[in-house]
Amino acid sequence: MIEDPRIHNIVRNLSSIRNVYAVVSSKGGVGKSTVSTLLALHASRRFETGLLDIDFTNPSTHILLNLNPGELKYEEEKGILPYDLKGLKYFSIVAYTMDKPLPLRGEAARSALRELLAIVKWGRLKLLFIDTPPGMSDEHLDLVYMLRDIVKPIVVSTPSILSVKSAARLVSVLREAGFKWIGFIENMGNESLRGNEVLGDVEYLGYIPYTPGIESCLGSRMVEACIDPGLLDSILSRLIEL
Amino acid sequence: MVHEWALAESIIYHVMSQGYRKVKTLKIRLGILQGIDKEILGFSLRELASMNNIEIKDIVFEDEEPLLECSTCGYKWSLSPSALSEEEREAIHFVPEAVYALVKCPKCGSRDFTIVKGRGVSSIEVVSE
Repeated sequence: MIEDPRIHNIVRNLSSIRNVYAVVSSKGGVGKSTVSTLLALHASRRFETGLLDIDFTNPSTHILLNLNPGELKYEEEKGILPYDLKGLKYFSIVAYTMDKPLPLRGEAARSALRELLAIVKWGRLKLLFIDTPPGMSDEHLDLVYMLRDIVKPIVVSTPSILSVKSAARLVSVLREAGFKWIGFIENMGNESLRGNEVLGDVEYLGYIPYTPGIESCLGSRMVEACIDPGLLDSILSRLIEL
Repeated sequence: MVHEWALAESIIYHVMSQGYRKVKTLKIRLGILQGIDKEILGFSLRELASMNNIEIKDIVFEDEEPLLECSTCGYKWSLSPSALSEEEREAIHFVPEAVYALVKCPKCGSRDFTIVKGRGVSSIEVVSE
């Protein structure tokens, strides 16, 4: 077998989604899951929106959404239908691992990602946010090279110089891979990274301020109770028009 | 319709991408770890072939026994789905990599192992007319 047959289904499944955004960063702890969850929850109020957690080793969006893995039941309809969380289509592997540790070598992580993308039927969505694990490993390489015509990357960084330098390296890899558009969100910041030259030619989408307690607040799924929704509105207004 | 349909889609789209329209035999090797229902997969393949104007005369499934190899101690073993609980079988059915959360090396207890073969759809062979 020369090629992976799942790729055909992956492309078809994702092609029914207007905008697929992969939320990425090389560094851990910068808030990818928080940013993905905030954007997806807020967007789902107005648009058909999905959230896919592909951090198989350390999935955390279900914790932010206050979902018990046991209550995540997926229906089958010519594939697997994502969980409907009051309008937000959601999928995480924790429903199958029951939150047990899932140590995966690179090739196994790549295969798990391809399996999920091939069998999960998102239907017609305006927005799908993919929460990715930190780093630049096999799952990312699939998204970056195999799906570069479908997926748009959003790099997340905090204002820390360590995080910014790491983000800059990631931006460089994405540029080399041929991405013309790269979005950027400053997390736990105050807009200090707008126009930052180290990051190169990224589109600064906005910032999310440091907000103590935001993780537990998100469990209420009331985004406006956690942060100023206007900050998310301005990011989403740009993401929806791309 | 269960998720075998999605597996069949991948196979049919793959066959189409290779330019086949008339298939004498479609031979598919299936790892039994994933516990795919061959009857449903066969039905889905025929339905999808018909929907996409592909003629398939015969569909042949070949079973592939699972073989796992520990990356820590090198031990190799087979894993029968019948040794797993129904919940575990269902998890592996949908995403075979869930096995890494559910199984350890029976010799040294390591979770660092690889599925050498028998995972799921491992080969598709087309004999055209």
